[in-house]
Amino acid sequence: MATSPRETMLARIRQAAAGGVSQAERRKAVAARLAEHPKGIVPARGQIDREGRVALFTEMAGRAGARVQRIATYDALPGAVADWLRAANLPAEVIMSGDPRLAAAPFETTALSIRNGASDGSDLTGLSHAEGAIAESGTLVVLSGPDNPNSLNYLPDNHLVALSADDVEGAMEPFWQRLRMHYGEGAMPRSVNLITGPSRSADIEQTLLIGAHGPRELVVFLIG
Amino acid sequence: MHLTSPSFKENSARALADAPLQRALAKVPLGFIDKRRAAADALPEFEALRDKAVEIKNHALKHLDLYLEAFAEKVEAAGGTVHWAADAEAARAIVLDLARKRGAKSVTKSKSMISEEIELNDFLEQNGIQPVETDLGEYIIQLRHEHPSHIIAPAIHVNRDQVEADFRRAHADLDPQRDLSDPRSLLAEARQVLRRRYGEADMGITGANFLVAETGSAVIVTNEGNADLTQLLGKCHVVIASIEKIVPTLEDASQLLRVLARSATGQDMSVYTTVVTGPKRAEDLDGPEEFHVVLLDNGRSAMLGTEFEEALRCIRCGACMNHCPVYQTIGGHAYGWVYPGPIGAVLTPSLIGVEDAAHLPNASTFCGRCEEVCPVRIPLPKLMRHWREREFERHLQPAPMRWGLGLWAFAARRPALYRWGTSLVAPLLSRMAGKKQRFSSLPLAGGWTKGRDLPAPEGKTFMQQWAERRSAAGKAKA
Ligand code: SF4
Repeated sequence: MATSPRETMLARIRQAAAGGVSQAERRKAVAARLAEHPKGIVPARGQIDREGRVALFTEMAGRAGARVQRIATYDALPGAVADWLRAANLPAEVIMSGDPRLAAAPFETTALSIRNGASDGSDLTGLSHAEGAIAESGTLVVLSGPDNPNSLNYLPDNHLVALSADDVEGAMEPFWQRLRMHYGEGAMPRSVNLITGPSRSADIEQTLLIGAHGPRELVVFLIG
Repeated sequence: MHLTSPSFKENSARALADAPLQRALAKVPLGFIDKRRAAADALPEFEALRDKAVEIKNHALKHLDLYLEAFAEKVEAAGGTVHWAADAEAARAIVLDLARKRGAKSVTKSKSMISEEIELNDFLEQNGIQPVETDLGEYIIQLRHEHPSHIIAPAIHVNRDQVEADFRRAHADLDPQRDLSDPRSLLAEARQVLRRRYGEADMGITGANFLVAETGSAVIVTNEGNADLTQLLGKCHVVIASIEKIVPTLEDASQLLRVLARSATGQDMSVYTTVVTGPKRAEDLDGPEEFHVVLLDNGRSAMLGTEFEEALRCIRCGACMNHCPVYQTIGGHAYGWVYPGPIGAVLTPSLIGVEDAAHLPNASTFCGRCEEVCPVRIPLPKLMRHWREREFERHLQPAPMRWGLGLWAFAARRPALYRWGTSLVAPLLSRMAGKKQRFSSLPLAGGWTKGRDLPAPEGKTFMQQWAERRSAAGKAKA
């Protein structure tokens, strides 16, 4: 009987990799690592209190070219978005994620025209809600899902992101733990987007240029 | 791609005489080296993280079959499909089959060295499917019908004015009077043209930086966001990745991510690090309807369990080539295959055979900088030396080199003969060299003296001088 490419490849790899260790022992080592997911080294830089994390995130995101604006409450968000668009000379139109926290904010008090759903690429400005952020590197964590279409993160020229200050963690690892709690061990949303600054390219003579395929502006409204 | 590694020497000579290339290469050390240094210095845990990275990769390689099985199971649980490709031909056939099933006429692609390795673009074109590279550097070299000369900066050998000329030629429908003197206008034009291509694509092909066994995820890193658009807009997302990209868990991927961007571009994190798992969920408003992963072996399993296994730790950061004096001088194309620089000199003989790549492991000054900066501490000089030894054993070196080394070895084992021989030759060479005491050309050493002069010996051998000094010192003490 002919074996499948899968079996042939795996058999060849097994023979070369095992190095005389019994299969039972190898299986045990793999099962243990997958179950325990040891953390390894988490830089001390991010292991600080809430305000420290917020300050570090703000600094690191800024270094990566994002703009971070802190506001007190979700009630202040619509006004802050409208002000930013006006100052940037952009139309008062936003394609917005269906995140309940955004849906509850008083956007009707502004002159903004809001549309929900996925972007077809014609929108200038998108507004999504982050799952959280990583202080260590100034990175936003944005999950895909029915409320947060992925196209909002990549297609509009200007990506605005609402972020609750309570969700700023020191490092990447707490988010893996959160995802396990929420989706179950080993399960994930379609995409976890770790975003550090606006898109860029250095492919022409190593000159750094902002605004490659993704957004040219990344603006974080840090709430609380 | 057409293999030119066997003519490495001719390739190098041509590269040295290529003025625009030399102009472009002069910029390599300026960008990458200082930035990597600064990023590494700014993270106190950097060296410890490198050790962790080594540990994780070694563990994954030792249990590779089991982690691949776990990975495949999770991909399938998330609604994706895994395809197993023992070699390049199998991988190409799988991709073509997927494209045909969807009736794809055009596919967008984000930078993937595996795609270069399996020569996917030419193959798709021959079969009536248009591949569109979306990474700016890859797009430029696709327009130029070239291949990448660097694993993270594929168009590093191209100058701005060349890009402008290529864009004017390729984008003939745009206003010929437009101003493209600013690199920013070139970027904006590529973005605009490629947005249209994204809209037309029926399939999106990306590589992967890591495959996570725990979740069946692919981790894809870019600065441009092109990989995200490729998978988001392509309706069917195909990841092509080699088997050694596997890491056990999300935490392990995090350890490696901390050293990857710092070693590559000196960023703490690249702009977009995306962890994708399966196709779009039923309730998602966008995303690809299908998710496929093609796992490629293509010679890697044969490296497992050998002295070359360590090279499979490579996370393709490019640091070894950025820091390599040979790469800095000849660029990436001279290496003649997909992977240039020190890692290329080790991988190429493993993957295509030492017969065709025998010159590459010799393209080293053994300065050791590559190993110093490699985030996963691959002993690149040692592995190049292994290849040289194998090459010598298999009589793959040219005859004059073998005779020369044989003669030297014969004398070196007979110290009296060696001393007698050198005491005759040293004064002779000294006299021959004349007033300048340098040779600008020597028979049998033309390759060496073409680029530099050989200083002549001072007339006495080391052993003679040593003996004289010792007796002089003895007298002074007495
Ligand atoms: S060998 Fe090391 S330095 Fe070179 S590309 Fe691979 S990981 Fe980077």
